[in-house]
Amino acid sequence: MSNYPQISPLGDRSILINLDGKISPETLEKVLFLKEKIENLEFKQNVEVINTYNSLLISYMFTIEDVYGEVSRLKYLLSVANIPKKSNYKIFQIPVCYEKDFGLDLEFISKEKDLGLDDIIKLHTAPLYQIYFIGFLPGFLYLGGLDNKLHISRKKSPRRSVEKGAVGIGENQTGIYPKSSPGGWQILGKTPVDLFNNNEDPPSQFSAGDKIKFHAISKDEFYEIEKEIATGNYTLKFEHHEG
Amino acid sequence: MKAEIEVLQPGLFSSIQDLGRTGYQKYGVPASGVMDRYAMRICNLILGNPEDTGVLEITMQGPHLKFTESTSIAISGADLSAQLNGNLISINERVEINAGDELKFGVPKSGFRAYLGIQGGFISEELMGSNSWYEGLTENERLKKGMRLIYSPGRSAGVDTFSSIKIDSDYVISREIEVYAGPEFEKLTSDQQKAIFDSEFTIEGTSNRMAVQFKEDFHNELEPIITGPVMPGTVQLTPSGKIIILMRDCQTTGGYPRILQLSEYGIQVLSQKVPGEKINLRRKEYPNY
Repeated sequence: MSNYPQISPLGDRSILINLDGKISPETLEKVLFLKEKIENLEFKQNVEVINTYNSLLISYMFTIEDVYGEVSRLKYLLSVANIPKKSNYKIFQIPVCYEKDFGLDLEFISKEKDLGLDDIIKLHTAPLYQIYFIGFLPGFLYLGGLDNKLHISRKKSPRRSVEKGAVGIGENQTGIYPKSSPGGWQILGKTPVDLFNNNEDPPSQFSAGDKIKFHAISKDEFYEIEKEIATGNYTLKFEHHEG
Repeated sequence: MKAEIEVLQPGLFSSIQDLGRTGYQKYGVPASGVMDRYAMRICNLILGNPEDTGVLEITMQGPHLKFTESTSIAISGADLSAQLNGNLISINERVEINAGDELKFGVPKSGFRAYLGIQGGFISEELMGSNSWYEGLTENERLKKGMRLIYSPGRSAGVDTFSSIKIDSDYVISREIEVYAGPEFEKLTSDQQKAIFDSEFTIEGTSNRMAVQFKEDFHNELEPIITGPVMPGTVQLTPSGKIIILMRDCQTTGGYPRILQLSEYGIQVLSQKVPGEKINLRRKEYPNY
């Protein structure tokens, strides 16, 4: 019998659940299914559940009174949970300008990987990237699906400030900086789209399990969209995927 | 006239905090909230406020404040030599304030973080279900000179609501930090598992609301983990041997091995440690489960 999922308390007010498995869409599917099951449970106090690649953390607002009872009912819940045959998610279209003013490291990537600029853009816009979870910074998406040919090490010394919206690559990951911050990723473009908005509820349109597709835009289009966002006339395009 | 506290001098680092945000970690938003939940609770109990009413968290060097209207306040947690119009006032007691009164802090006597509660609570921006300030998210991040904090004026009927509250101040000077084993504890060698509890650690000066670090390195050969969930109180160990204890403003996920997890009491004690102080980690076992 498998020892997974492992369920154990973490401190006084949370329970950690670990699934066997590496970073994969299959593991994520299981994780998100169990997450939904847990979110539908009744709790005696406020809880929130977050997921990562192969873990779930249930954080309680206060000390858990009956840890044994909580762990037991979670074990039961997970033992009878069947993995779903279908899943619903959204596919977002994210515009990215891959021109040199924004793609600060395009030339470096091009030399390092022996790829033309067009090839880099093609390789980066082709995949349907999956959102595994949001973490690190408010609104930062952990994406899976980057083409092997674009895997590249981080910069030897990080930039003091990477602009909000910058699209970069670090090792086998690609992502978007939701706000200006120090960062060591190789930057290949910039999106005008807001990934996180303090004044909206929810502050992010994205959820774990959703997918995104990048498409290349010109600088003119970039500034046009930026203007539309500033005046509240821009809506991020997405489609629902069911089943 | 609006009841305001005028910030004449901001001190080192003060911010409004409550129990923090629930339900937004899935968007990568830190929980935030008071470092020392116990002290916040005491302030509010003394004043007859709901226990989770927001308070001003004051770090080591307190601000100089002026009240425009009467109210009642209470200070708990660290003893930072609070003075009202130049006279020392006690902590963990209700203090009546008149219009024009000035509150100042002096030499820290014990602890690192004091909590200033006000009757009825501060009236401040609520974002994602919390009044807690957090850099980059809320309009305010720390107390600044000239800033005004708003409150509802007037005193309640003066019921002595706290006479029955037993206040424990020992934790403020305790040097034992209570910890549970973390998810990656078993990856340490048995010698390392022993050594971490036998060693003395010094609080690093860079410690803040996001994380507390120790001066001493703890050598190890642990591999990074697949990025996983972390929370306040999670103790991370880096490949270079740095011990990082995540606190209330920490990120929601991390890739360093999580060797220990502070108990809630452990977080409370650690919140009161001054940089340079020495502590020991004391192991606590989970209740049978």
